[in-house]
Amino acid sequence: MKRDWLPLLLIPALMIGALPLIGSPASWVTLTVAGLAMGLMIFIMASGLTLTFGLMDVLNFGHGAFIAVGAFVAASVMLALAPWMTADSIWLNLAAIGPAVLAAMVVSGVLGLGFERIIVRPVYGQHLKQILVTTGGLIVAEQLLKVIWGPDQITLSRPTALRGAFLFGDVAIEKYRVLAVVVGLVVFAALALTLNRTRLGLLIRAGVENGEMVEALGYRIRRLFVGVFVVGSALAGLGGAMWGLYQETVTAAIGAQVAVLVFIVIIIGGLGSVGGCFVGALLVGLTANYIGFLAPKVALGSNILLMALVLLWRPQGLYPVAKR
Amino acid sequence: MAEPLLSLRGVQTNIGRYHILHGVEFDVAEGGLTMLLGRNGAGKTTTLRTIMGMWRAAAGEIRFDGRDITHMATPDIARLGIAYVPESMAIFADLTVQENLVLAARSGPPDQKRLDWIFARFEALKRFWTLPAGLLSGGQKQMLAVARAIIEPRRLLLIDEPTKGLAPAIIANMIDAFRELKDGESTLLVVEQNFVFARQLGDAVAVMDDGRVAHQGSMAAFAADSALQQHLLGLGMDTHQ
Amino acid sequence: MLRSILSDDLPRSRWLALALVAILVGLAVAPFLFPGAKSLNVAAKICVFIVLAASFDLLLGYTGIVSFAHTMFFGIGAYGVAISLTRMGAGWDAVAVGTVAGLVVAIVLATVIGLFSLRVRTIFFAMITLAVASAFAILASQLSDLTGGEDGLNYRLPAVLRASFSFGDTLFGVRLNGRLLDYYLVYVASLVLLLLLLRIVNSPFGSVLMAIRENPFRAEAIGYRTVVYRTMASCIAAATAALAGALLALWSSQTNPDTTLSFDIMVDILLMVVIGGMGTMYGAVIGAVLLVFAQNYLQDLLAIANKALAGVPLLANLFHPDRWLLWLGVAFILCVYFFPAGIVGRLRQKR
Repeated sequence: MKRDWLPLLLIPALMIGALPLIGSPASWVTLTVAGLAMGLMIFIMASGLTLTFGLMDVLNFGHGAFIAVGAFVAASVMLALAPWMTADSIWLNLAAIGPAVLAAMVVSGVLGLGFERIIVRPVYGQHLKQILVTTGGLIVAEQLLKVIWGPDQITLSRPTALRGAFLFGDVAIEKYRVLAVVVGLVVFAALALTLNRTRLGLLIRAGVENGEMVEALGYRIRRLFVGVFVVGSALAGLGGAMWGLYQETVTAAIGAQVAVLVFIVIIIGGLGSVGGCFVGALLVGLTANYIGFLAPKVALGSNILLMALVLLWRPQGLYPVAKR
Repeated sequence: MAEPLLSLRGVQTNIGRYHILHGVEFDVAEGGLTMLLGRNGAGKTTTLRTIMGMWRAAAGEIRFDGRDITHMATPDIARLGIAYVPESMAIFADLTVQENLVLAARSGPPDQKRLDWIFARFEALKRFWTLPAGLLSGGQKQMLAVARAIIEPRRLLLIDEPTKGLAPAIIANMIDAFRELKDGESTLLVVEQNFVFARQLGDAVAVMDDGRVAHQGSMAAFAADSALQQHLLGLGMDTHQ
Repeated sequence: MLRSILSDDLPRSRWLALALVAILVGLAVAPFLFPGAKSLNVAAKICVFIVLAASFDLLLGYTGIVSFAHTMFFGIGAYGVAISLTRMGAGWDAVAVGTVAGLVVAIVLATVIGLFSLRVRTIFFAMITLAVASAFAILASQLSDLTGGEDGLNYRLPAVLRASFSFGDTLFGVRLNGRLLDYYLVYVASLVLLLLLLRIVNSPFGSVLMAIRENPFRAEAIGYRTVVYRTMASCIAAATAALAGALLALWSSQTNPDTTLSFDIMVDILLMVVIGGMGTMYGAVIGAVLLVFAQNYLQDLLAIANKALAGVPLLANLFHPDRWLLWLGVAFILCVYFFPAGIVGRLRQKR
């Protein structure tokens, strides 16, 4: 496969195309940053899901549970460290966010391990049951969240250093969104480096393409899969924590809500492709923000429209994964 | 007589609802090359895949090097020193030629001397070293698939139709490579449709018919008995080239 | 006679037959047996959900495809009637227009989604329907001029269905009014729709669907265009769901996103069909009765457990009355693992 740049070009094309429609360059910059931030958060949550699908043909409809758990755990830690959150020092702020995010990732990862064992493993290769059982897992997980954290939504506020916006002339860029963009890019870079520069990444890429042959070469793909599942769950937890801070509220339904965006993104990107997931996430984030500004009533329908357009162009998604 | 390296006894395999192997029995002696022949649909590919653990044997026993491998998982079977080249080649199209081979070398970076040996036979692999394998031609993909199996010394090579669709010049290189391998470190079990190729290389032969092994013996004797060939292989066999 | 009404698809289990008869009779006499607005409401809901779950079973159980957009069609049917009753006034012409409009929209949408995504894999279809349905729900609450937004629509029913309409005094102490008529309208319509679905799944068309479910490649090889059949199944299911929605709108005189479009309803239907028994039709009946009961009465049971455990912090929360879905979710997972044919399958086994 020659490097296929066309889908990648969609991102700048979309950005440039939106500029005349929006008119004001200042709003355009704000919206673009917002779109990138949203897209990258979705990417963080979606990357693990697309890889586990590619590796073992498993699509976890309960992925949203990890997102929600991450958001709740992070919220709890941050509420416990409230004095540091409200302190007027960026270092104290980070000292609160750091452990919160770490805890979110660890708990989501551990939960992923359990989920894989109990929910996913017994139904390998049976798609119908897989969809049903993982959906059941989501229902139960959502209820358990309410058992543990109570049925009401938790209100969070961002730490002092991340409130407000950077101002450049009449261009305003929210600080938190800049952080989201940075974290998202770091995660993307780490994933890309791992996939392209390490032996482990080689194995994952080969496994996505043809897991059976990887086994015939003597590698235990099951173990690899469990590892990817856990990392994917932890990333979902990270994304959930970030999303919670972004929305400044956390509810048990957050998982199911964001999961819809995640699904759209991995369909657009091509099931199993991390690069496609990245492009898809940015497209979804940007479109949602541009349309949200231009025609707020249909903003959420815009993602479906985007998905339909992409699938009309490439029925298997932007970067179809070469399968067997 | 020494214990065979690989032996199958009464192996039965079902794929879905279809009963494909009805009690396959044959031995592969250590060293040398055994040709697995038979008409289309006789069960040759299924036999190789069952040995590899990619299909589960419903009954019977498969022993390798004195060990029962019937119920072992595919990766563990591979780790005993068995390499498999499927008919579909199954190279990783998104990975480069180099990455395909790096991955196949389980115990570390590929040995340079061995690479040179492979390059001498399959020159195209050197030329396209950093190209995604999906861009190779059919013959080059076949070379890569074979190279992947022999990038490290393996005791037993299971190879499914290595000459299918290859140009004669490449087949000659393939013959050289297989000959060196069987005279040296490896034992080979090769499924083949091209009888000319099979006769040149094979030491022993097992012929399958309808999910069973109908004949086993030396290649020399089988090659001399055209009545038996006609009976077991019919006209479906590719005897020209 | 009975055989032909049931399209030759008998319950094949004494206990199942007994349960079905009990449900049939129980719902028929419910207004007299359990008078009162709440119980009549529960009974009508059961009728509507039996149809809704049965139409979902046509997809899930018989065709082997998972759609998360079933409530969308349910909502389309409900909103069709609700909008026309709001706009055109409380007449039967409005009901007819609304029902037909809902049907048309549902069928067109189902065809588009089907042709778009049914040629690919089960998982793909499930994801796309999930995305479309959630977008639709949001769209419905955004277009508040038409749909009344989050609050939904409150409208007047045709005069003969209102409580103020009276066609006699009382019978066994029950007032013979429009609500009673409305209930029997829902009851009879649901029964007819269920029998219709039973006929469809037992027709040659139904056999083809099941053949496709078992082995799509083989079915395609024999010459059945699987996409066409699956799309047709999904259209029939969508149309039936829309009719169920129309019935709900005709019953409750108010339609809002929570009662027709929400993901919670989708989860409910999924639980009904799986716990009741996929691919049996009767499973949908049992599941719908069970779930609507659980929603309305399991809470009372949990409340007792909750009180008993009042001192224990986390455990008490597990048995909080609002956590009934937790227990049904666990039951759902266990069903998929251990009783894929659900309650009906179990009953038939030990006949």
